[in-house]
Amino acid sequence: MAVLVIAEHEHGTLKGATLNTVTAALACGGDVHVLIAGHNAGGAAQAAARIGGVTKVLHADGESLAEQLAENVAAQVLGIARSYSHLLFPATAHGKNVAPRVAALLDVGQVSDATKVVSADTFERPIYAGNAIATVQSVDPIKVITVRTTGFDAAAQGGSAPVESVAAVADSGLSSFVGREVTKSDRPELTAAKIIVSGGRAMGSSDKFNEVLTPLADKLGAALGASRAAVDAGYAPNDWQVGQTGKIVAPQLYIACGISGAIQHLAGMKDSKVIVAINKDPEAPIFSVADYGLEADLFAAVPELVKAL
Amino acid sequence: MKVLVPVKRVVDFNVKVRVKSDGTGVDIANVKMSMNPFDEIAVEEAVRLKEKGAVTEIIAVSCGVTQCQETLRTAMAIGADRAILVETADELQPLAVAKLLKALIDKEQPGMVILGKQAIDDDCNQTGQMLAALARLPQATFASKVVVEGGFAAVTREVDGGLETVKVKLPAIVTTDLRLNEPRYVTLPNIMKAKKKPLETLKPADLGVDVAPRVRTLKVSEPPKRGAGVKVPDVATLVAKLKNEAKVI
Repeated sequence: MAVLVIAEHEHGTLKGATLNTVTAALACGGDVHVLIAGHNAGGAAQAAARIGGVTKVLHADGESLAEQLAENVAAQVLGIARSYSHLLFPATAHGKNVAPRVAALLDVGQVSDATKVVSADTFERPIYAGNAIATVQSVDPIKVITVRTTGFDAAAQGGSAPVESVAAVADSGLSSFVGREVTKSDRPELTAAKIIVSGGRAMGSSDKFNEVLTPLADKLGAALGASRAAVDAGYAPNDWQVGQTGKIVAPQLYIACGISGAIQHLAGMKDSKVIVAINKDPEAPIFSVADYGLEADLFAAVPELVKAL
Repeated sequence: MKVLVPVKRVVDFNVKVRVKSDGTGVDIANVKMSMNPFDEIAVEEAVRLKEKGAVTEIIAVSCGVTQCQETLRTAMAIGADRAILVETADELQPLAVAKLLKALIDKEQPGMVILGKQAIDDDCNQTGQMLAALARLPQATFASKVVVEGGFAAVTREVDGGLETVKVKLPAIVTTDLRLNEPRYVTLPNIMKAKKKPLETLKPADLGVDVAPRVRTLKVSEPPKRGAGVKVPDVATLVAKLKNEAKVI
């Protein structure tokens, strides 16, 4: 039996999280197929066909799938799900929205946020904000899994899989798309960035957040992130939140500025390769995970850092 | 319109759990338990909708051990009108909880179910979506704004890259994100009042639901420890370390 990856894509482009999910799928064993469910997403289907190890791409194109409504995408997956041993979704906002709906319709449990494939039915996943790692075994005939992308490398290019069209489902009539407010940014995407500059409550205001951290992020070509405290206080947009219930990131370099390091925040960034913490509180828990800690006032240290780079 | 608000009893978010030495799980004996923070936001949202006149009755539901009664009393102190405990000492996984809640939807016929997007113990983020699937209802997950109007709810959702708004036909399932609201503090008079509100207890068998787990936990272990690094005296040293030692810039 083959393994199906439900791709994440946007404006005809395949999103990076799909590549990590393919790597997890290859570890499950069997042929790997990729489903592109969307509208005018031919570009994403072509891109999926070029992923190394993918043996078939299924492309469902229809208006019902244009806005990726969970009801319609889940129905689309359900239509082909029973031919597969595993259904893998990236553990992104979209994957998390759709996967459990599919699992319940198949009457199977779900393994959320898998960070390691131990064997075809056994996986590791973090629980309690990453303070424990559970090894879990699915006893269901079809394994529905969301994949924590930081746990797997991106699959390489080099495939040339055939793209097969499948009929798109009809609209469920249950929900409709109203609108989207996308945070506009020329920066790399948070979950794909090599360097992240992140700010906490100590930034003090939205203006200060931008004034102090933007030059550093610009200099490093970094994405901007934030702690929950900073987001709740309105210093940064919600989709910048790094942590247990926000984004899980693992960049090459994570620079935490004025972030104390609550366990919920550490859960989202402690797999970063190198962590730098700038904080004036010597007791801040962030120092316990930082490779390099600078005990200093960030309003002086960050501009100095920008100059020194 | 009736609203059903499922609430989960979890280890308090301030507690740093310890993995048991035999690897069977985490040690939750004698640790502080609280309502899952996302569920607290769900109760608050239901109460606000009631205060606006969009909701007439709020039913809090919890599935689990006897002590979940305390969680239900908290929900009623925030403003839920009555409570249902589906009592069992068995391990309940999201699919089982979704099935229990589906049975309660059939029984109570709510116009909306509002619940947390994720519980902070198992971090699954599944129950709301599974419930929507089983009840064949629309779902609006990760809500940061809910507006109820004329048989529909317009829900703004926190998604990767920003916000999106979907309109769902009621009845619908809504799961809450952090920015939906800030739950009120419960006052002593309301805690006293909550003690007199009705709390019904059922068993999974009363609802005809098989709660057998589908995912077996083989082992629970400590995450790999990340050793603390070094403190650097100044910015120049930091830059030098990042360039020459870590080689990340």
